[in-house]
Amino acid sequence: MSSNPVIKCESVYKIFGNNAKQTLEQANGVVDSIEFLEAGLIVGVNNVSLEVNQGELLVIMGLSGSGKSTLLRCISRLTDATAGKIYVDGQDLLALTKKQLIELRRDKMGMVFQSFGLLPHKTVLENIAFPLQVKGSSTRESVERAAQMVQLVGLQGRENYFPRELSGGQQQRVGIARSLAVEPDIWFLDEPFSALDPLIRKEMQDEFLRLQGVLSKTILFVTHDFDEALRLADRIAIMKDGVVEQLDTPSNIVLNPATEYVRKFTEDVPRVKVLTVRSIMDPLDESERLGELRVSEDAIVESVAEDILSEERPVAVVDAEDNIVGTLHASHVLKVLFGGRSEESTQN
Amino acid sequence: MDLLTKHPKAVQFLVLLAVFFLLCLLISPSDSNFLWRFPPLLKQLPFIINDSVRYLMFDWMPVQVYDPIIDDFEEKPLFREFTRSISSIFLLVINFVREIFLGGVKTVVAFTDWDFISENPWLRWPALPWTVIAGWAVILGYKLQGKGLAILAGICTIYLAVFGQWKPSMETLSFVLIAAPVSVLLGLIFGIWAFKSRVIEIALNPLLNVAQTMPHYSYLVPVIVLFGVGDHAAAIATIVFASPPMVRLTLLGLKKVPADIVDSGSMSGCNTFQMMFRVLIPTARRDILIGVNQVVMQCLAMTVIASFIGAQGLGSNLMIALNSLRVGTGIEIGLCIVLIAVLLDKMSLAWANKQTDYFADLTFFQRNRFALIALIVFVVGSILAYIGSFIFRDSHNYLYIVPHNKGITTAPFWQFTVDWIWDTFFYALKAFNEFLITKILEPMKSMYLAMPVAATFVLMMGAGYILAGVRQALIIGGFLLFIALSEYWDRALITAYIASFAVVVSAVFGIVVGSICAQNNTASKFILLICDFLQTFPSFIYLIPVIMLFGITDTSVIIATVVYASVPATRYTVEGLRSVPQVMHDAGSMLGVSRWQRWISIELPLAFPHIMLGINQTVIFALFMVIIGAFIGTTDLGQLILKAISDPQGTGIGLTLGLCVAFIGLAVDQIIRTWADNRKKALDLA
Repeated sequence: MSSNPVIKCESVYKIFGNNAKQTLEQANGVVDSIEFLEAGLIVGVNNVSLEVNQGELLVIMGLSGSGKSTLLRCISRLTDATAGKIYVDGQDLLALTKKQLIELRRDKMGMVFQSFGLLPHKTVLENIAFPLQVKGSSTRESVERAAQMVQLVGLQGRENYFPRELSGGQQQRVGIARSLAVEPDIWFLDEPFSALDPLIRKEMQDEFLRLQGVLSKTILFVTHDFDEALRLADRIAIMKDGVVEQLDTPSNIVLNPATEYVRKFTEDVPRVKVLTVRSIMDPLDESERLGELRVSEDAIVESVAEDILSEERPVAVVDAEDNIVGTLHASHVLKVLFGGRSEESTQN
Repeated sequence: MDLLTKHPKAVQFLVLLAVFFLLCLLISPSDSNFLWRFPPLLKQLPFIINDSVRYLMFDWMPVQVYDPIIDDFEEKPLFREFTRSISSIFLLVINFVREIFLGGVKTVVAFTDWDFISENPWLRWPALPWTVIAGWAVILGYKLQGKGLAILAGICTIYLAVFGQWKPSMETLSFVLIAAPVSVLLGLIFGIWAFKSRVIEIALNPLLNVAQTMPHYSYLVPVIVLFGVGDHAAAIATIVFASPPMVRLTLLGLKKVPADIVDSGSMSGCNTFQMMFRVLIPTARRDILIGVNQVVMQCLAMTVIASFIGAQGLGSNLMIALNSLRVGTGIEIGLCIVLIAVLLDKMSLAWANKQTDYFADLTFFQRNRFALIALIVFVVGSILAYIGSFIFRDSHNYLYIVPHNKGITTAPFWQFTVDWIWDTFFYALKAFNEFLITKILEPMKSMYLAMPVAATFVLMMGAGYILAGVRQALIIGGFLLFIALSEYWDRALITAYIASFAVVVSAVFGIVVGSICAQNNTASKFILLICDFLQTFPSFIYLIPVIMLFGITDTSVIIATVVYASVPATRYTVEGLRSVPQVMHDAGSMLGVSRWQRWISIELPLAFPHIMLGINQTVIFALFMVIIGAFIGTTDLGQLILKAISDPQGTGIGLTLGLCVAFIGLAVDQIIRTWADNRKKALDLA
């Protein structure tokens, strides 16, 4: 991990209700959500610490009521955390004045909302230009920039449509374009695709990955969809009742679920979709004759499975510098594809 | 026992009615019996109000004011100076707008003096020729929306000119163009304030409640005392009357803005100001626009009533026409008011919906095309008016300003129609009139008056308790107590009798018509359109046709009230029935219900809370109309309010009477609204 995380949370708490602060102080940081509920308080976020590095895509995953959106709102300071420290680019977020916060949002943050949050009285173009205009850019400048963003999200020809005239997917494209208009360093996405049909959702995820490939933002992405998390994340934080149950890479979460709760999620996930070649390869055995094919140790098994299976001999696994670091047997891949369970238990 | 468990409320009601009638029988009607009529303990209230207002106006906080005439400082009460300066500002602005339309010298005089004008006659502003204003209205309509609105604007302005109502119309317009924006602004300010501060919201709520149920007339009396008589006073009375719905709707709209949109505004980096004016208010635009619309309607509704305290224009002409029973003229003037209302309504809507095209690469002429055309219209119109001064050398210059009552008129036709109706249906109308009065209204009136006050309290508070709860029952008790302790209990009973008769008829009519129309898409749209149209009519207009048919009687008032009050009942019925979810209809269809069964057991129960809100509106509308009806002679609270206008002691009396009417309305409102809210929650509709 790099020494300078873009976002850093230290023991963040968010508790709703009267006298939340005092009660939290009395509890000395040990929060039991059931006890608090009896006292009339609702625990949103419970002692969360995490870091997001430059260019990293961290997904916060959890079911509704798990506190994932609340955590995101604390980090974007749409709500104030009850206790704890949040640093954005080294600045103490909670110590910012209102004015500084506005400056920070105008220059460094962009956010996409589940129900889009588009201004109903503004056209596509006006919506996208809006953050630039509140910043004080001239109409011409902001409209030009907005037109570029329209291109970026592929909404050419619909600049003068109103949000109500667009489909959900198109509306969210506007939301994305708006959040990117100020060229933020940090990009928050709060369940951006949850309100969309499955097919559109898939399409938007592809679009999102494409954009991220071009832009390389630091991203906090909230979702309740574990598959989506696996597909997009560099790392995933799984939350339950305000607590981060596990924070790790997708494959580690699938392979080594930290708690029973996390294991339940991973149960039905097809291994090939998350496992990297590295995690199932055998150590290099010099006596073996290897095939011509080389696969990267970082490749997801699914993406190379077909090639490996069509190979008669074991396949060489290489690292980033093209050194052979292991071998992969077709039988192994088959087991991952179809056997799944028993093989892992031996691995664990 | 079975009945008790199945319908506990029905049993409670039966018991309540039994107690009510028992009390009616047992309490003997005598003035010394407190259970029959409460002693008028609040009799002094009007005088206390008067004395305080007088103290405020004439004695409180004397300040040194410079008087240019005697060239010295003089001691004057602060509050009076304050209201005076407000008055003069309003008067100046109204005159300024008026003189743009009609020409004149008052604006110039305000900054100089009369002598200066006599010496410099060239300072006399000419009026804009009516052709220019008509042309501008058309251009504005085209710019705002397109051909449709342009044609409407053309028809309206030409009608005003051709029928010789140009001058009073412009007077009315100048008054509305001041009162409406000020009301909107005040409404916005207070609405935003209430949105920002919970304390203000709580404090404003009862004030708004009372303000929205006070009859129009009662605003006039205190305004006369504070601001005098004239256009400015009328404008102020109108503003006080028209602002409350704007406050309400602003607050409602702001509260309804989805949290996501607020968040997206924050994340876009809006500061507090940008948040309010670029995110919240535009998003709440729908409700705020309804507010603007209401303000315009209220302003035009007040033009007639405001003429009691000196507003010039269509309103006062209409009053004069109605007073002398010139129904034809009345209809023409009424139509002018309606046309102005419709036009302002549509224009304000179109203005709010306009959008800009950022990509259009326009030349100077294209960008300023409308301004240029307007300029051309101005030049052409002026030249035409100049030419006209030669053509019509000996009579009026019709190309400049069509003088009042010198245009075409259809009045004789209407007068003829009225006469014909009278001649043909005289006996039928008379018989109906007599039947209604002797067989229904009079008996009903004496029944109401025969109610002991204690019985009324039991009935109303009991109904409040059964339908809404203890809290509401107590509030209702408070309202009634105020009326009972004032001198006006009997009058209030008369108002209540006319209003309740009208409400029952309107409700039945509204629910029946609404239910029939709701069965069909086209019919629903059609009836809602009619409701929209009828609601643009200033309330006073409703009196014209009924006077035409029934003359000056209680019947006229009742029929006008019924027509006016049927609009909300019908509208809410249609809306309520149409909003029954499709899945309920589908479920019903699959269970094989007939149309009748569907109405009785699916639509009506689900729509009923909403319909009751309509009835609530009907009650308020009916009270308004009944009080306005005092103009054609009823013997209820309205008559006294009308009298108070010309009474030096009128402020206190007028306000007290106004409060009595407001409290009748609010008592009913308390019951129905609470019941409807609870019911909606129970049905999971809220």
